Amino acid sequence: MAEMSRPPDVKLELFSQPRLLAGARALISNIAQRIGFSEIFCGQISLAIDEALCNIINHGYDKRTDGKIMLSIWAIENEPPSLRIVIEDQARQVDPATIQSRNLEDVRPGGLGVYLINEIMDEVKYEKREGGGMRLTMVKLLPTRENCGSVSAANTSQGLGQTHE
Amino acid sequence: MNDTDQIEVTTEVLEGTTIIKPIGEIDLSRAPSLRHHLNEAQAAKPGTLVIDLAEVPYMDSSGVATLVEAMQIARRNKSRIILCSMQERVKSIFEIARLDAVFTIVENREIALET
Repeated sequence: MAEMSRPPDVKLELFSQPRLLAGARALISNIAQRIGFSEIFCGQISLAIDEALCNIINHGYDKRTDGKIMLSIWAIENEPPSLRIVIEDQARQVDPATIQSRNLEDVRPGGLGVYLINEIMDEVKYEKREGGGMRLTMVKLLPTRENCGSVSAANTSQGLGQTHE
Repeated sequence: MNDTDQIEVTTEVLEGTTIIKPIGEIDLSRAPSLRHHLNEAQAAKPGTLVIDLAEVPYMDSSGVATLVEAMQIARRNKSRIILCSMQERVKSIFEIARLDAVFTIVENREIALET
C-alpha cells in the first residue's frame, strides 16, 4: 500500500462517542459521492468507516467516551479515482495479525465489523502507531470495468453489470 | 442513554403477530434502544414478530447484531421473525454479511402477514 505524499484533503478529530458516528458517516458519504461513487457504494464506504470507528470505541477504548479518534481523508480524483481513509487512535495496541474477521457460518451477534470492512474496501491495513494506539488505512477504488469491486449489488448500481459474487 | 440515542418505534399487535416498526438510523448509539423494544415485544411471546424496516435508511453491524439476538430469542420461544420493507442500503449489509439467507426477508408488510 503506497504512502501518500501530500497532506489529506480533510482531517477530523472526534471523541469516542457513538452519537458522533452519524456525522462521520455523512461526511464520508458526501466526499465519496463527489468522487463519483454510486449511492450504494457511498453507503457501503460509510458503513466500513462506521464499523472501524465502532471497533475503536468498543474494543480499543473499552467504550470510554473521552478517547481521541483522528480521521484523515484523501479524495483522489485520478490515477485511479479513489478514496483513501486513515483512522488513528490512542487506544490499546493489538497485534495486527490478530485482527481477523470471523467465520460467517457461525451466526451470532457481533464480530461482523472486520469482515464488513474487508469486504467493502479494496485495501485494508492495520498498524501499531509509534507512541501508542493503532492506525487503520483503507482505500476504495472507484469501480471501472478494469477493477470491478467486490459487491455485486453495488457494481450493478454503478452501471457495470454483474461481476462476481 | 441520551434522548438522541432513543429510536422511535411503533408497535402493532394483531392476532398472534406483533409488528415493530423502528424509525431512523440504527447504529451503535441506537441499537440498545432497539434491543429494548424488541425484548419488550418478545416478552409477550408472539407467534410471529414482523420487523418493518421501511423507515430505516441505515443500519450497521450493531443493528444487525440486535436482530440476530432477537432471532435467537425467537428460536428459543419457537416463534418466527420476519423482516420486511428493507431499503437498498440496509439490504446491502445483509447481503454482504450473507444474512439474507439466515433471516426471512420479504418485500413488504402485506407479504409478511401472509407468510
